[in-house]
Amino acid sequence: MLAVSNLVMRFGGLRAVDGLSFEARAGDITAVIGPNGAGKTTVFNCITGFYRPTAGAITLTHRNGEKFPLHRMPGHRIATEAKVARTFQNIRLFAGMTVLENLLVAQHNKLMAATGLGVLAMLGLGRYRSAEAAGIRKARHWLDAIGLTERADDPAGALPYGAQRRLEIARAMCIDPVLLCLDEPAAGLNPRESEELNRLLLRIRDQGCSLLLIEHDMGVVMRISDHIVVLDHGRKISDGTPAEVRADAAVIAAYLGEGEDDEVEA
Amino acid sequence: MTPLRDAFLSAAVALGLFGPMVGLLTVSGEHGLSLELRPIATAVIVGLVFLGRLLVLSWRGRGRVETYKTNRALAEGIAHAGKFIAPVLLVAAVALPFTGSRYYVDLGTLVLTYIMLGWGLNIVVGLAGLLDLGYVAFYAVGAYSYALLSTTYDLGFWTCLPLAGLFAGCAGVMLGFPVLRLRGDYLAIVTLAFGEIIRIVLTNWVSLTNGPNGITGIPRPTLFGLRFSMEGGEGTFAGFFGIEPATIQRVIFLYYVILVLALLTNWVSLRLRRIPLGRAWEALREDEIACRSLGINVRNTKLTAFGMGAMFGGLAGAFFATRQAFISPESFTFIESATVLAIVVLGGMGSQLGVALAAIVMVGGLETLRDVLSFLGDQMNSPLFAGIAGQLPLYRMLIFGLVLVVMMVLRPRGLISGRTPTVALGARKEIAAELVAQGRG
Repeated sequence: MLAVSNLVMRFGGLRAVDGLSFEARAGDITAVIGPNGAGKTTVFNCITGFYRPTAGAITLTHRNGEKFPLHRMPGHRIATEAKVARTFQNIRLFAGMTVLENLLVAQHNKLMAATGLGVLAMLGLGRYRSAEAAGIRKARHWLDAIGLTERADDPAGALPYGAQRRLEIARAMCIDPVLLCLDEPAAGLNPRESEELNRLLLRIRDQGCSLLLIEHDMGVVMRISDHIVVLDHGRKISDGTPAEVRADAAVIAAYLGEGEDDEVEA
Repeated sequence: MTPLRDAFLSAAVALGLFGPMVGLLTVSGEHGLSLELRPIATAVIVGLVFLGRLLVLSWRGRGRVETYKTNRALAEGIAHAGKFIAPVLLVAAVALPFTGSRYYVDLGTLVLTYIMLGWGLNIVVGLAGLLDLGYVAFYAVGAYSYALLSTTYDLGFWTCLPLAGLFAGCAGVMLGFPVLRLRGDYLAIVTLAFGEIIRIVLTNWVSLTNGPNGITGIPRPTLFGLRFSMEGGEGTFAGFFGIEPATIQRVIFLYYVILVLALLTNWVSLRLRRIPLGRAWEALREDEIACRSLGINVRNTKLTAFGMGAMFGGLAGAFFATRQAFISPESFTFIESATVLAIVVLGGMGSQLGVALAAIVMVGGLETLRDVLSFLGDQMNSPLFAGIAGQLPLYRMLIFGLVLVVMMVLRPRGLISGRTPTVALGARKEIAAELVAQGRG
């Protein structure tokens, strides 16, 4: 469903991504792994419209056959029309807003359409009331799924780290994505939280949403991914099922033989 | 550093600063200017700084542990108090004209104008987190829109008021476009420049605005077609109700006009916060990148915030023009923007009640301080204070500045700094200010 072909992203003289091609199939969990500085986050930023690729194409195909050229679409339309959602490596919640408000902001466009250009909703008329009730129902559904219903009225910034990670995923799911991109969702989680995360991700996949994730935690990657793409220095060095990738000599060399570089940040 | 040493150091800085400013006075004598020394006044100020610094240090030294919980309790307490303060203030505002004092009604009108401006700017700065240093530009656009429309096309106040709001809103969107990509300091500089550009255009476009001479004879508003003129008779307020015409009637009418306009601003901003648009503004203040990832059109959202804030500035401007009956570019200098911004920051960004309180303190308090100081000056007969007793009212700005500094030290996020959630499953809980972002432009 997601086809990346010959993607190139240059920052001045640096080629962060250099002629990358891969595919992610619908209904799969596809993991992108690689040493620090391999260009994983850059690929994510290209897919979700935060960067405009220097060259190459990224095409998303919905189940009904509709095609979206993500490399040419403006950022906000990638979320609203192509239905690609994402989370961030360094959590980006609306810290001063409550958990529930975070989930309602995610449904902005749908709710906004029901406000009658704002005027009717301000006067308390029109169908905004029912739209908001539906929005809150959906938010509740996801709060139940991530186990945060109790804390719905607490500010997001006051939640423990693991809960913030889950909330960010729930918030992304509130835009009804067909593809959810997760940037290191397991970073900083303890083994128990990591296990909960695995279950949540599998549940999301089973509901029909495809996942693309960047991850360092090999435990998570090997256990839940259906398909792994390995990057190094902006190029693909391996591509296949977890078992195939684990046995690939190029992957082992990249992981053992390289020093630490800085990740290209969002 | 020990507190005592720190306090001495502060006193030394104060001596260096106030020594020349307060301690030396030039008087014109027989042989031209001569210097007069005022050691006592200087000593008093330096002593105050010394004690004040000691006080601040000992207060901090008590090991106040600022936890999230205590702050939330405070925010909750203030919000509860606010439920009582707001109606009291409203009743006081409605009842004020019944004192019949022209002075108080005039002062009230001034305070309400600033409250309205503060609430308007609060949309841009407090909710959307976009620092706007040129808010006076929209005030000016509104004022000149009304002045020009009414004097050129002979339109009434109530016809021009929405037009003035519309024009100012358009000016807001116009300012919004070039600054969309700017943040923080850069945004502040461009908005500041925008304010100056508008003022300079008004000064120099003589054929349209009559330049620095301003526009005179701006018509007053009418009450359902009834004029407030002094001759009485047919078609005037006094004539219709069969009472003696008096200036105070118009003054009171103007007071109620601005009261209604200010309350309208308040109502609209409170309502806006609860619909997706307002929530998107606050989300934008919290994290713009996250907003983009959720499919929120950042450009349009910012533009609506600028436009909406500017519109209320324009409405206040139209009121200003009709109240003064005369406007000139002089009235729209940077200091106005700074005052309104100070009101918003002092009140607590995003807090409606806080802005109202801050406007009362900043505008009303400054006037009251003048009276108090001249009263105090009259009471000081002792030769010890002979040097300053007569000039005490002149110190009003100094004292006022000091009060502002102290307030920001005590409550760095403004008088009322918590945030009330716009929607809740259970009971609404106040959010402590520490968690709420201030926006980076």
